[in-house]
Amino acid sequence: MNLILKSFITVIIYLVCAPFIGGLLNGIDRKISARMQRRVGPPILQPFYDVRKLFNKLPSAVDKRQLFLLMTYLFFVIFAGSMFFAGYDMLLVFFATSTAVIFLLLAASTTHSPYTGVGTMRELVQIMAYEPMELLTAVGFYTATCVGSYDNGASFMVSDFLKTDKPAIVYLPGFFIGFVFILTIKFRKSPFDLSTSHHAHQEVVKGLTAEFSGSMYAITEIAEWYEEVLLYGVVALFFITKNPISYIFALLAILVVFFLEILIDNVSARVKWDLMLKLTWGVILVFSGVNLLVLQYLNKLQELQFLNMFG
Amino acid sequence: MGNLVALLILVPLVSAILIALVHDDKIRGYIVYTCGVIIMGLAIGTAIYWAKSGGETVVFNLPFNHVVDRLTLLGDVVLMVLIIVLSFKYNKKIISLISIVQTVIVVYVDLFGPKVKHTASMRFDYLSMIMILIIGIVGILIGIYAVGYMRGYHVHHKEYQDRRSFFLSIMFLFYGAMFGLVTTQNVLWLEFFWETTSVCSFLLIGYTKTEEAITNCFRALWMNLVGGLGFAVAIIYGSYTFHTHDLYTVIKASYSGKHTEIGVFVVAALAFAAISKTAQFPFSKWLLGAMVAPTPSSALLHSATMVKAGVYLLIRLSPALNVTSVGKMVYLIGGFTFFAGSLLAISQSDGKKVLAYSTISNLGLMAACAGVGSAECVWAAVFLMIFHAVSKSMCFQSVGAIENTTGSRDIEDMQGLLNRLPKLAMILLIGMVGMYLAPFGMLISKWAALKSVVDEHSVIMILFICYGSATTMFYWTKWMTKLTGMSEAKAKDVTQLNEYISMFTHAAMAILICVGLPFVSAKVVTPFINNYYVKDMFDGGTYGYTGTEAMSMANLTVMVVMIVAIVVVPLVNYYTTKDFEGRKTLAYMNGINTGDNESFVDAFGESKKLKVSNWYMEEYFGEKKLFNPSVLISAALIIIMLGMFLGGALV
Repeated sequence: MNLILKSFITVIIYLVCAPFIGGLLNGIDRKISARMQRRVGPPILQPFYDVRKLFNKLPSAVDKRQLFLLMTYLFFVIFAGSMFFAGYDMLLVFFATSTAVIFLLLAASTTHSPYTGVGTMRELVQIMAYEPMELLTAVGFYTATCVGSYDNGASFMVSDFLKTDKPAIVYLPGFFIGFVFILTIKFRKSPFDLSTSHHAHQEVVKGLTAEFSGSMYAITEIAEWYEEVLLYGVVALFFITKNPISYIFALLAILVVFFLEILIDNVSARVKWDLMLKLTWGVILVFSGVNLLVLQYLNKLQELQFLNMFG
Repeated sequence: MGNLVALLILVPLVSAILIALVHDDKIRGYIVYTCGVIIMGLAIGTAIYWAKSGGETVVFNLPFNHVVDRLTLLGDVVLMVLIIVLSFKYNKKIISLISIVQTVIVVYVDLFGPKVKHTASMRFDYLSMIMILIIGIVGILIGIYAVGYMRGYHVHHKEYQDRRSFFLSIMFLFYGAMFGLVTTQNVLWLEFFWETTSVCSFLLIGYTKTEEAITNCFRALWMNLVGGLGFAVAIIYGSYTFHTHDLYTVIKASYSGKHTEIGVFVVAALAFAAISKTAQFPFSKWLLGAMVAPTPSSALLHSATMVKAGVYLLIRLSPALNVTSVGKMVYLIGGFTFFAGSLLAISQSDGKKVLAYSTISNLGLMAACAGVGSAECVWAAVFLMIFHAVSKSMCFQSVGAIENTTGSRDIEDMQGLLNRLPKLAMILLIGMVGMYLAPFGMLISKWAALKSVVDEHSVIMILFICYGSATTMFYWTKWMTKLTGMSEAKAKDVTQLNEYISMFTHAAMAILICVGLPFVSAKVVTPFINNYYVKDMFDGGTYGYTGTEAMSMANLTVMVVMIVAIVVVPLVNYYTTKDFEGRKTLAYMNGINTGDNESFVDAFGESKKLKVSNWYMEEYFGEKKLFNPSVLISAALIIIMLGMFLGGALV
């Protein structure tokens, strides 16, 4: 009962706080980026002002079906995030996020606009590039809970990943590298920001989101904040153990990754889709593939030992 | 039980003859409906009767079992003669050789071979029940659809000879053979039904008699005949080494008893037969070629029959595949096919071809699951098979109807189909969603498959599944965005009522199975695993099986909640935002709009039609680039591994 209550409270906190954290991170991001480029930059609360302004705009749409598709997108992102923070099955969390994205794509492609058309295809390539890593991350955590425990207690449950003795990063360094790598795509950062900026005056025409206006664009923004918090949650998961002190390390890790993503964004130029696909798939294969191989080998050894001990 | 199953095989046979004799369009239609309904009723009745009488595995003989035994032998010879005649007629003489070798072996062993221990010929358990329901419901519905479809087909294609009686008759023959295939345990009978399905699909593919059709149908024939040779191996060793014609005794012989190394070779040979039937690489080409035939035959081959016969056999073999090297061969081929098939699907813009590659890819996943062979994996394989049968049949029927209406099945021509042909597009969408979107059927099975391959420590399979999922997502979603996009006015729908009856029933079934998933799991699939895997094949031993369900009830329930959410949330959102009173704006086109979203002003100041096209990435995923290397890699793998097993058997 206590456990259910605990996860219930966590979910409530997520539902309420995630947009604020996400928006705030966004604001800090813009500030740091500006300083890196020797600009003053907008105030930290600028993302919230933007969203408020978007909601106050006169409604207009190319196709009014966009609105319900985007609301459904938002719903499923929040659904996935809630499952994650409730300690639920990690594979299902990722499946839910990919279902959510499909609604975003459908909303974009209803318009038959050439810019969203290209944006949709690029977004699809991006998904294709990072999805293997998402699934592998879940597999990695699953295997990590196997190693070091004799009770065959492997599971995909996020709540079980929190109960380990050693932080998962010890077993999953390759997975961590792979995951941080795809975060650049997920956060729409250069060099992999293909789908939402493609045009010379990109502030106005943002690829996939080109045809979302007013409240619709605001919904998209909020959904991305929710997703950002979810993804940083996964980053934290690599460092959390049953020892409460580990949460400090997790927080530090999030800050490091956060800064790293801004840095990458500012020092790199956008690449073409085919290079992105090759690079991402390659990095995933090399780092998490090899990591997985080692892990599975350890696992097998352990099973054999176990068999020898008892039978 | 014997009577019911006998009827199940006999009624389609009689219907086939009846349909072949009637050439009046209307009367033939009624015969198809009547016979179809009778067969469907029989299939459902048999399933219910068996389930009511306890749901235990039963072994039995057919009435006049001995006569039937002789008849299958006669049937083998008839099939051989048919193949010889046709292959000489079309100058493909070499193909008849495979058939002759096979038939001579079978007839010789049966007539002059050693005396074998007598066992009952038929066997019925949960898997047989699932299969007869798939054939009896999905298969028959395709038959009903075919009546209307073929009428439209010959209006459009006056150049082909109208042989509809023949076509429908072969379809019914197909049902009969499939019913036999999934209920028999006699290897000789199994071989006969197996060859019958090969020949039936050969005849269906060659329906139009164009040059392409002839080439493709003979390719399908020889590939399946080569695979069928696996049965000859099983029959020879079964009779001479194990003194039995019982399939299950032969399978067991590969992991218990005296001559396990020979048993392993026999299982490898049977798995080889299944690999060719399920169109895995290197045999994928025959299923792609099958596209030349009218759509009902594609729907039939891809969903309820033919390829599912291969999956059926692999699931039967699965206890002998778990952690064995034969299993390794099967899952490597399956996993590879899953990934390669989905990559190839990306480069295709022909709707039917995308469906064909997706079938190949999904069958790869099923084969891989059966090849890994742990109880959880087999659970996933059975579920994949059920979902795939319904969804794929629906997709094919819808694409066929779209082609009859719009004259094209190219995905690029399907822009905004949801506006133009809402009913057909909706059916296609439901089918597609069922194929890959969370939390629907295929994805749940993928979840289970991933979990169990991790438990089996198969790194390469994990990678195949993770990468393959991503590529699968790509080709389905880009098709989907075409369907839901913007479009011009509505088109006139010429789809006939019987086609819609079939498609709507499919859609209802797909939704029902998704929502009722926990029920299907608890009442049908898990009992199958418990009965077949644990009780029948391992004599009550638990051999690597912990007795837990592949997916916890809690997870299943969350999935069902998600399914409801994915239907309810968009609907609620749709109705609450319907009255959205926004200013209608034009899409952004750099200020060169012409007043609608379909054209722009070109360099000469004239209006030019705008075309937003999907990406096909030919230079990376094209057939030219990937197909032949895939065939080579997989062929090398099969040859090497079969050689190893043969070596083991000869030592």
